[in-house]
Amino acid sequence: MRSAEVVVALFMLGLGALVIFDSVRLGWGWGTEGPEAGYFPFYIGAMICIGSLVTLFQVLLGEQIKGLAVKWIVRAKPARLHHDRRKDHEVFVEWSALRLVLQVLLPAAVYVLGIQLIGIYVASAAYIAVFMVWLGKYGWTRGLIVGVGVSAVTFAMFEIWFQVPLFKGEFNPLSLIGY
Amino acid sequence: MNIQRALARGILPLLAAFGLVSVAAPAAAWEPTKPVEFIIPAGTGGGADQMARLIQGIVAKHNLMKQALIPVNKSGGAGAEGFLEVKAAKGDPHKIIITLSNLFTTPMATGVPFNWKDLTPVAMLSLDNFVLWVNAEDPYKSAKEFLDAVKKAGPNTFKMGGTGAKQEDQILTVAIEKAAGVKFTYIPFKGGGAVATQLVGKHINATVNNPIEAVAQWRAGKLRALCVFDDERMPYKTKVTDTQSWYDVPTCKEAGISTEYVMLRGIFMPAGVAPEVVNFYVELFNKVRATPEWKKFMEEGAFNQTYLTGKPYADWVSKAEVLHRDLMKEAGFLAKP
Amino acid sequence: MEEINALFHGFSVALTPFNLLLMFIGVTLGVLIGVLPGLGGANGIAILLPLTFTMPPTSAVIMLSCIYWGALFGGAITSILFNIPGEPWSVATTFDGYPMAQQGKAGEALTTAFTSSFIGAFFAIVMITFLAPLVAKFALQFGPPEFFAVFFLTFCSFIGMGKEPPFKILVAMMLGFALAAVGIDTVTGQLRLIFGWHELMRGFDFLIAVIGLFGIGEILLSMEEGLSFSGRTAKINTRIVIETWKKLPKYWMTSLRSCVIGCWMGITPGGATPASFMSYGIAKRMSPDGAKFGTGQAEGVIAPETAAHAAGTAALLPMLSLGIPGSPTAAVLLGGLLIWGLQPGPLLFVEQKDFVWGLIASMYLGNIAGLIIVLTCVPLFAAILRVPFSIIAPVIVVICAIGAYTVHNAMLDIWLMLLFGVMGYAFKKLSYPLAPLVLALVLGDQAEGAFRQAMLMSQGDMRIFFSNWLVGSIMGLGLLMLVWPVLGKLVAQLRKSAA
Repeated sequence: MRSAEVVVALFMLGLGALVIFDSVRLGWGWGTEGPEAGYFPFYIGAMICIGSLVTLFQVLLGEQIKGLAVKWIVRAKPARLHHDRRKDHEVFVEWSALRLVLQVLLPAAVYVLGIQLIGIYVASAAYIAVFMVWLGKYGWTRGLIVGVGVSAVTFAMFEIWFQVPLFKGEFNPLSLIGY
Repeated sequence: MNIQRALARGILPLLAAFGLVSVAAPAAAWEPTKPVEFIIPAGTGGGADQMARLIQGIVAKHNLMKQALIPVNKSGGAGAEGFLEVKAAKGDPHKIIITLSNLFTTPMATGVPFNWKDLTPVAMLSLDNFVLWVNAEDPYKSAKEFLDAVKKAGPNTFKMGGTGAKQEDQILTVAIEKAAGVKFTYIPFKGGGAVATQLVGKHINATVNNPIEAVAQWRAGKLRALCVFDDERMPYKTKVTDTQSWYDVPTCKEAGISTEYVMLRGIFMPAGVAPEVVNFYVELFNKVRATPEWKKFMEEGAFNQTYLTGKPYADWVSKAEVLHRDLMKEAGFLAKP
Repeated sequence: MEEINALFHGFSVALTPFNLLLMFIGVTLGVLIGVLPGLGGANGIAILLPLTFTMPPTSAVIMLSCIYWGALFGGAITSILFNIPGEPWSVATTFDGYPMAQQGKAGEALTTAFTSSFIGAFFAIVMITFLAPLVAKFALQFGPPEFFAVFFLTFCSFIGMGKEPPFKILVAMMLGFALAAVGIDTVTGQLRLIFGWHELMRGFDFLIAVIGLFGIGEILLSMEEGLSFSGRTAKINTRIVIETWKKLPKYWMTSLRSCVIGCWMGITPGGATPASFMSYGIAKRMSPDGAKFGTGQAEGVIAPETAAHAAGTAALLPMLSLGIPGSPTAAVLLGGLLIWGLQPGPLLFVEQKDFVWGLIASMYLGNIAGLIIVLTCVPLFAAILRVPFSIIAPVIVVICAIGAYTVHNAMLDIWLMLLFGVMGYAFKKLSYPLAPLVLALVLGDQAEGAFRQAMLMSQGDMRIFFSNWLVGSIMGLGLLMLVWPVLGKLVAQLRKSAA
């Protein structure tokens, strides 16, 4: 839990800094005709940084200091900020759960790469089939029927009926059948 | 069939690009083999969008093309999204784009790398006029009266509304300011329709809307047309309001402001396409222009119906580019390098 | 009474067998379009517009407005079943609709959503019928300061509601604003926050973010809990509609308030999205069960759905009477009017009586037709949750990818969707709230634009936001909403000390 908190807070801090950086380039003053292009982004970036720093501070330092500091900064009731103690000791995700999540996430990433290369229709059919076979323990026949079926319905709906061309990939396999 | 297609798609344009062959109307003319994407570098509901969707409707209704014409809005980055896509689609014969002044203004104001020379000009469909509008309840009967009032009130007192920043409306506003020695506060809005409504609601004092954007309010007696920024009056003599036709609106030159500005409504396509492909689309737009729907649209929007193709069109565009660069430079709108 | 006569004339125009057939086709198509995220009502109508050029204008507009109804109804389906809002204004529906579905009350949530949409839209149509000219004038009162005041009120009615750590709320909301600022700046025309990467120029579309954060993020979360959706046990029977209807009348106050908010936002035209958020926020403040919002309260579905659809419907009024579209769909319809040779604007009501009243009559009929169709399908929709997870999950990912692509026809958006999905998962786990992020992303640039336009008008004088009764009272209402939680506590303390 803690390391994930730190990573996300640092990531946000970086984003905030990036936003501030570009706002300064754009001009972040209050000109004669109201705020300049970078005025709002500057403060937005600043607030992202402050928020992330406080979160980082809270995660890294102990409960007591956190309570005190927050009380001092926002005069909020520290009680509202108390994390569930159990939660702090819990790992971000149980390893087994993380494995399950990655089981979905990695194929999804491969799927998006597949779209980039061979287009939405073919990649979708393959993705659905593989997902069903690997995670759902279905047979290949069923997987392929559902995968190809869904793709075919989408194809009919978008390409033929609505005439909205979808992405067919850098190496379009469907060009073989004239699309 | 396949060989022909391969020729049309790959080899011929390549050869043509090197000037090795001149494709002089081959026996079997080129035709689209799949739906044609019609890119609109502007949002839904604006002038370019209306025109593109009208063309789509005309093509579908009169069956002018075997494949469908599908408009797609790519308005991101003041239209740069659409232009960059066409630039990247070199040699694609199934993609056309409708342009407005942002063909020039967007790259100049933002520094996004494209130029009309990255595209193949197909046809100029018309030129869109700009009219100086005020609220009908205001006392100004002529452009001169209005500008005198603006001058008298002092700089930044009168508010001019327009579409977008550093685009045609703001450029024209700066041109008026230079010509008449006045200063407006320019307020950018997202679309022409919103600008006209803001004027009816008296949140701004004047606009330079295109006729089509303000005609409804004009007919309803909510707005008054003071002058048109063209060198001659709009030719349409049918009464639009109870008392006036478009022809009755004087030119701004007559009113003493020597500012002229018209906006291109034209079609381009990706670079590197075969001449016969361009010919197909030129023919297509010839047919579109002949339909009663198109003529009606032209009259309602009081368009300047100049139609150019080929070299005269390209020449016009390159002249317009120089003009825009000068205007933008004077106004201080060019992107800092 | 003139209106009633005109309306009955309208019914006689609309009620031909051919038009009725078109209505049913339109609603069915619309539901289909609404279900597919990314392919919203606006796209749907744009795509199908050419089909209607061969019909008489009245029939054509009847069919198109029925597609619009269908899409409005359809948007709620994916929000409730899978936490994927198909349209910006369905986001607030997910807050309570999806928890309801998870508790096995999908049928109830769907029925509530559909019925609320119907009521909201119906209220708006009645208003259009009788108050059109008056209302059109009201819309003209809205200039930049007034628009900003509306956005301000929306934020205020929504702020301070979360139970998450305040600094995380702050970061999430500011991240939304930052993402909204990416792209071209409307006021100066400068490119912001793209760091020379031109693909980013079109900005972060709201739908991409939402499809990723909610849709993909939710799949990752449910994966963690094992291969299943928690809503599987949904009891499905055909009487669910009647049973739900019995419970709805006690929420009449929320419905009425949401109708009024919706109509107001539709006319101004602030749009359906702020309407839905504002209505949800205010309902939470006002309701005795406010604290339970977000855990699957029927009221939390009623408020945004009613307001969004009242707004969506009312948005057609400024389109017809002023020629300004109040929503993207209305903008496309506007294009359609021009092609049929009808000039929208103040004179449309005078010159094209048949058309206008035919359209208004078709709104009544289309809305009823839509309700009947979607309600009969409630058990069918709810049954989707019974499809095994390892089949439905990849299909949802595929639908999300297609949705992300169709928004701008850009491959990059599919990658962004995946990135947002991971972010949504991490945010959920670390209790960063998603709602403020989404709200800021949807309304951020509009709010900033309106603020800066107002500043240009006043030459930097902030007093413009209190310069007339209209803007002043909206701003005042916003400030009241901002201090509401504090006020509530004060009142409670006073009561305690008095007792």
